Amino acid sequence: MAVTEIDAGPSVLDRLSRPKPLIALALLMWVPLTAYVMFGGRMDGYADTVLLPAVPATVLLYVLGVRAFRESWVAVIGLSLVFFWLLAAVSAPYLPLLDPNKPIAPFVTPFSEKRDVFFWLGTDFKGRDMLSRVIWGCQRVIVWGVSATMVAYVVGALFGLISGYLSGWWDEVISFFANVLLSFPVMVLFIVILNYLGPSGFNIVVAVTFASAPAIMRIVRGLALDIKTRDYVFAAQTRGEHPLYIMIFELLPNVRGPIIVDACLRLGYTTVAITTLTFLGLGLQPPDPDWGLMIRESAKTAMLWKFSYMLLVPALAVSSLILGFNLMADGLREMSLRD
Amino acid sequence: MLKLILRRLVQMVLIMAVASLLLFAIFDTPEFKKRLAVQELGGFAVSALSEDSYQAWLSERGLDAPFYIRYANWIGSILQGDLGFSYEKNREVGPLLLDRLANTGILAFFVFALMIPLSLVLGVLAGMKEGSVQDRTISFISVFTTSIPEIATAILLTVVLSLGLGWLPAKSAMIRGFEFQQLILPVLTLVIYDFGYVARMTRASMAEVMTSQYIRTAILKGIPYRRVVMRHALRNALIAPFTLIVLQLNWLLSGVVVVEVFFEYDGFGKLLLEAALFPDVEVVQACTLVAVAVAVVSQIISDIGYTFLNPRIRFA
Repeated sequence: MAVTEIDAGPSVLDRLSRPKPLIALALLMWVPLTAYVMFGGRMDGYADTVLLPAVPATVLLYVLGVRAFRESWVAVIGLSLVFFWLLAAVSAPYLPLLDPNKPIAPFVTPFSEKRDVFFWLGTDFKGRDMLSRVIWGCQRVIVWGVSATMVAYVVGALFGLISGYLSGWWDEVISFFANVLLSFPVMVLFIVILNYLGPSGFNIVVAVTFASAPAIMRIVRGLALDIKTRDYVFAAQTRGEHPLYIMIFELLPNVRGPIIVDACLRLGYTTVAITTLTFLGLGLQPPDPDWGLMIRESAKTAMLWKFSYMLLVPALAVSSLILGFNLMADGLREMSLRD
Repeated sequence: MLKLILRRLVQMVLIMAVASLLLFAIFDTPEFKKRLAVQELGGFAVSALSEDSYQAWLSERGLDAPFYIRYANWIGSILQGDLGFSYEKNREVGPLLLDRLANTGILAFFVFALMIPLSLVLGVLAGMKEGSVQDRTISFISVFTTSIPEIATAILLTVVLSLGLGWLPAKSAMIRGFEFQQLILPVLTLVIYDFGYVARMTRASMAEVMTSQYIRTAILKGIPYRRVVMRHALRNALIAPFTLIVLQLNWLLSGVVVVEVFFEYDGFGKLLLEAALFPDVEVVQACTLVAVAVAVVSQIISDIGYTFLNPRIRFA
């Protein structure tokens, strides 16, 4: 379901996305992490060093984020939850964790010792350490979730700008196709697309783009329709700028603010979608750990009170991450309404 | 009013046509057709299918015709009620789908019967006094419950209510006929995930009405607060939630997949997933078409309902 109550003014949100160091830090954190998860298998020797600059960048970004959000404690809590998992994802190779794919001793309950190894969260039915699986799993969930959302945003914003700014036939055609895609229930659309493309991370990005871009397009279109009557757009038109220039340099920076709240919510949806799809067997593939996969694998074996931790640990992990995204969105909206 | 309905209907037919065209084109690749051929001819694997027998099967099924004729044939047979055959379940798709839809319908009935009163009451209570303690509590609860994904809610409920306390059965496979007890966990999961959204929208609508001029007038006239809320505010505040609730039908069709798979409840969502994994192409197509149809129809009902409930539009 799409929550699209966007009434956020630009002020706070603009302040957040303007400073260049913040964007640089975000890139410094994000690029290594994505490279590590998507292409880590191909960079044999130096895979671990790639992630090194991302750790301080994440910490610094968190500190700056808390300072920017300090007006709203809800947003700070959300930010802390999200950055807890981000930090875990970034620093996973440097933490003293056991190998997430190596069977050690099956069915060890949490906080107990077996074969001279202490298991904080126990082991699963194959004997793999739950703690390291949760932390390594969050890497994949976060990277694929955020990448998919970003691609969906690029596509959705592009079409939204075109149909809002150019109007006429462009608008008719794009809006009609958006309506067709929106009339598929989301999960049904996911299943059909992934059934056609086959399950993998990159195909999830495609599926999420198809499912989210129409909704994003609608929001951007509405904003573009409003903004295109402003004087600075007329000024650019009178200067004889190309429509593409106007869309990207005049319209896009001004729709950015309201979109940030929606982006936070949508990050949550995408993360849920990826976990759910993996649980259904259509998403990321084993053996590498992933929250949805952990649930899928133990859903059959863990149907006893004693072993319920196998299901509870990934369930709580995914809930806390989504809660973080949603609280952040809530806090941002509250802050933007205040000033 | 009539013009609006007609325009909506034309739009609906157009959307259905394009959606079915997309759906047909997706499954029209040689890969899927070969798999279907293997299923129909009773072979073992796609690699064992010889090119000759594949071509013979194509011409026998009339699938070697040009694309638009194939599509027309396909749509024609669907409109006549022939939805194909499920090789995994060894049944005609039509009756199979009806069975499963009926099961999901039972689930949906209880979800709506629980969710509508709950979310409306909570939303009205929160929106009545904006910013009060009860408003903040209810808002926080609704953010919290919608933040927890369905799969996690399902796990938490199962672990606590079924594995821990042993009150309810953990699975809802209904092997020995219909048992109401097995329905409780799936229904609860869906309600907990969904009610927060409707409650928040109701709250926003109620809060807007409470700040309007006529409510202020009513309060200043000295009408008891209770009556102002019940008689004056509610009627206008509930228009927006009504349209939203109808739209939840669309959401339910996608939310039901996870819940039915997790609890092993034999409904529409589980059928769609199993068909997609098998792959049972004709079942996937039929399920998707039904889902789109339900979504589009609920959209129209919600639109028409909104204009009908709003007298400013109805009498215009």
